[in-house]
Amino acid sequence: MDTHVRTSTDLIKPGIDRVLMALYFILVLIGLFSIFAVEHRPGEDVWYNVLHLSKNYSRQLMWVCISLVLALGILLVDSKLFPALANLMYVFGILLLLLVLVAGKDIKGSHSWLVIGGFQFQPAEFTKLTTNLALAKYLSRLDVDFSTLRARLIAIGLILLPAAIIVMQSETGLALVYLSFFLVLYREGLPGIILIVGFSVIVLVLSALLVEKHILLMIFSVAAAFVIYFMRRSFRRHPERLFLILLIWGFCSVFVMQVVPYIFTHVLKPYQVSRINVMLGKEVSPKSSYNVLQSKIAIGSGGLFGKGYLKGTQTRYEFVPEQSTDFIFCTIGEDFGFIGSIGLLGLYLILLFRIIQVAERQRSTFSRVYAYGLASILFFHVAINIGMTTGLAPVIGIPLPWMSYGGSSMITFTMMLFILIRLDADRQKILR
Amino acid sequence: MAEFHQSRKNIIRLIFIGVFAVIAMRLFYLQVIETKYRQLANAQAIVRKLIYPTRGIIYDRHGRVVVNNTALYDLMVTPSEVKHLDTAFLCELLGIDTATFRERMEKIIIRNSRYRQSVFAELLPPDVYGRIEENLYQFPGFELVERPVRNYPYHAGAHIFGYIGEVDSATIRRSDGFYQAGDFIGKTGLERSYEDVLRGQRGVTYLVRDSRNRIQGSYAGGMYDTPAVAGKNLYLSLDIELQQLGEQLLQNKIGSIVAIDPNTGGILAMVSSPTYDPNELSGSERNKKFSRLFTNPELPLFNRPIQATYPPGSTFKPVDALIALHEGVITPQYGYDCRGVYLGCGRPIKCTESFPGHASNLYNAIAYSCNSYFSQVFRFIVDRERRPALGLAEWYRYVSDFGLGKKLGIDLPGEYSGYIPDTAHYNKIFGKGHWNSCTIVSLGIGQGEITETPLQLANVMCIIANHGYYYTPHVVDSVEGDPDFYRTHLVLHRITANVSDTDYDIVTRAMAAVVERGTATIAAIPGITICGKTGTAQNFTIINGKRVELKDHSLFAAFAPREHPKIAIAVVVENAGFGASWAAPIASLMIEKYLRDSIATDRLPLLKRISEANLIPEYILEKKRRIDSLNQVRDKLEARRIVAR
Repeated sequence: MDTHVRTSTDLIKPGIDRVLMALYFILVLIGLFSIFAVEHRPGEDVWYNVLHLSKNYSRQLMWVCISLVLALGILLVDSKLFPALANLMYVFGILLLLLVLVAGKDIKGSHSWLVIGGFQFQPAEFTKLTTNLALAKYLSRLDVDFSTLRARLIAIGLILLPAAIIVMQSETGLALVYLSFFLVLYREGLPGIILIVGFSVIVLVLSALLVEKHILLMIFSVAAAFVIYFMRRSFRRHPERLFLILLIWGFCSVFVMQVVPYIFTHVLKPYQVSRINVMLGKEVSPKSSYNVLQSKIAIGSGGLFGKGYLKGTQTRYEFVPEQSTDFIFCTIGEDFGFIGSIGLLGLYLILLFRIIQVAERQRSTFSRVYAYGLASILFFHVAINIGMTTGLAPVIGIPLPWMSYGGSSMITFTMMLFILIRLDADRQKILR
Repeated sequence: MAEFHQSRKNIIRLIFIGVFAVIAMRLFYLQVIETKYRQLANAQAIVRKLIYPTRGIIYDRHGRVVVNNTALYDLMVTPSEVKHLDTAFLCELLGIDTATFRERMEKIIIRNSRYRQSVFAELLPPDVYGRIEENLYQFPGFELVERPVRNYPYHAGAHIFGYIGEVDSATIRRSDGFYQAGDFIGKTGLERSYEDVLRGQRGVTYLVRDSRNRIQGSYAGGMYDTPAVAGKNLYLSLDIELQQLGEQLLQNKIGSIVAIDPNTGGILAMVSSPTYDPNELSGSERNKKFSRLFTNPELPLFNRPIQATYPPGSTFKPVDALIALHEGVITPQYGYDCRGVYLGCGRPIKCTESFPGHASNLYNAIAYSCNSYFSQVFRFIVDRERRPALGLAEWYRYVSDFGLGKKLGIDLPGEYSGYIPDTAHYNKIFGKGHWNSCTIVSLGIGQGEITETPLQLANVMCIIANHGYYYTPHVVDSVEGDPDFYRTHLVLHRITANVSDTDYDIVTRAMAAVVERGTATIAAIPGITICGKTGTAQNFTIINGKRVELKDHSLFAAFAPREHPKIAIAVVVENAGFGASWAAPIASLMIEKYLRDSIATDRLPLLKRISEANLIPEYILEKKRRIDSLNQVRDKLEARRIVAR
């Protein structure tokens, strides 16, 4: 340790990534102003509302302040604390999730909230952080070789355990977020074929839903026949290839004809099926399609340059439901148009690239894995959230990081980012 | 291992870029390429509200308001917002039964959708409005909306002012989007001919509403709003008290009065009888009242002063005299020895007077309205040329000059031209060369094919009073904010045949004699020299398929005072007998009222007698009784339906 007296500024300042900090503050400010735009009416006393916490924007400001206090705390603690506490926090998170199952409260159809002293808190948001820490901790252990099946299964287990409990809380959307950790696993050596197979399964599911089953079966059969015809010479030397092709053909057919219909009728809940159908354009469910239509109208009516700040009509006059939370992007779309939307998307992309850059300069596996985990989660949230407001993705109700109204999400994302900033500041010291 | 990580790092970046690119393209499509979302947003959030300007006010010649605006209320309904309605109570307040309620509601939903506001009951009578307003909070989805309607403080002049009504679909199509269904437009009278001036300019305001249809304020700070411009006021030459007197005199009679200021052509009064209170067609139950007026056999909606045409009868004689004097076929001293019948054409033409010397000169002939004299004079005119066709053509030219047989161009819609037969007319009936002055001799005494409107008759009086010119008759003197109106609308017409002042003086003197000692002494007013001419026109109608001769029309045309004429007047009372018996005293009272501003006490009994007389022919009264009893039955049935509820 150095001998001179350490002040808090000395502690925080050196090595802090200013780009990440700047991007964070910009996004938080955009978020606050967007929520303000939704709620503010001309002639209202803004300061009164701020002081009395009577509006979403004032409460969001409070959450930002709390987050900043926590962020300052994170910057002040020793970076070794995070790997040290990772497992404990993971267990704590799992316990919280289980507690929700028992003592949770139903809010808007999901059983995922804890009410503590008047504040609602969603542990499913918080466990993203603990899972990320635990995953980083596990993969950075010297005795773990990620190329072994056992290590891979344990890592996947770490990810899927909280996701499974969250599904039980009827928060499928937040559970799906945990799938983004597979990007981390891919980065750490999980074979690419798994991603490809996963992607293929998604394509298969989509085609099973969109195309008539028998037509799909014919397409598969014709494709298989073509492949067999062109590869017929190699079968003499490699008969197993014929077998493999037939196996794939058989799997695809069974999957499309039996598995997908079974999942849709027996596993998924009717509202989930409806949301997916609405997204695919197969069904016009009045409620879910109403939300998406209103969201598209708000964004679409913004045009190239937008209507101007506080001039949007759709986002300000309650046409878009869940305007401050899940559909906050509509405000940007309507008030600032295509230019503003692309600008916001660009900010998020710069943030993601910066996190990857930061990740790659880490000397410790823990920090790198942690950084990739953060990037993956952010990516998933941004892509799905904007995707659902523009009608590309089903409405699964996950917030836009730092912009959507909500304390749990604001605190979790802030803590996750500042832990990375803290780890990165000490990247020279941490080796593992 | 390092390369492997390097490539995976880049693949992850590629995934990020790829997904964001898809989102960016989607945004580009939604916000830049597809335009329907903007329209959808405007349709949802922006309300275009029309602001109706107040219609122009109409003033009479003394600045009295004769047509005004007042507010009545329409009961509007938005069906989708109607909840927990006490239907029975609302029906009770409105005085309708629940079946009618349901019927109206269904009609509204079919026509105008469940979500748009429509008129449920229009122009509520004040008492109904009061009751509903008190209880409106009990009827969610209902709203009272003010609607300006016309108001007529003097209850007179219905035919002049006309009425406004909902614009019809043909007009909407022709107006190129200016009028919308439900707009009001002038349908007849001044309301129609001055529609452009009176209606003003509609304003538009754009408002923002929220998802629950609550208005949130103006859109874009009112940047796209246009203010409404109030309609311009009209100032008439009409004297509303004179008009009222005219309507009083003609009540229970069928007929017309037209009074014109010969110095300007301005209409002073224009009565069409039977008439109706113009307020009836602007308040509640307008449609019902309109249909009652429409089916009334007395034709109260018919604007007789400009639409009814009558044979002028003896009122035509001054024109004959002017033509004959100017053509030189007679001198004022020319006399005809009439013994009560004209035999110059074989078949006898009766004369009302038979004492010797009643046609000893032109003055007497006009004063006593000698038929023989003017039959002879007319034959002189026609036979002056070699052939009667040429003579009649000459006569026709003169008569046209006097504004007969053509529209005068008054600023009211629906003017008729009357009819003056020309040579072609008789060639067609009798064949070319097969008729002569005797064939058409009745034209000389204003009978036969010749017809004119009361307006034309009054206008002829203007020409005589002015010694040879008239201004296009008009009701509107000036329009607010249009200083050029007077210049562009006051058109002078000079008679092309240059009849000399002497000739006019002769005829004027003769017409003065009519009132002094002739057929219309009843019209005389001490201190005012009236120049007039009585007329009695034969007329026929078809009753039960038979041509029946009805009682003669009573006509009188005059101007006064003789020295500086200020009023020219024509009065027609249908089926009332001699011109002197009804039309002349009516004209006299009108002249007195206009020139003296009041009726002398000793003439009030005359006023009373005329006002109370009922001269409507029996066959019309009979028809009217039938229709009235039918309407009574209808009203009773309706009343019973409401009680039965």
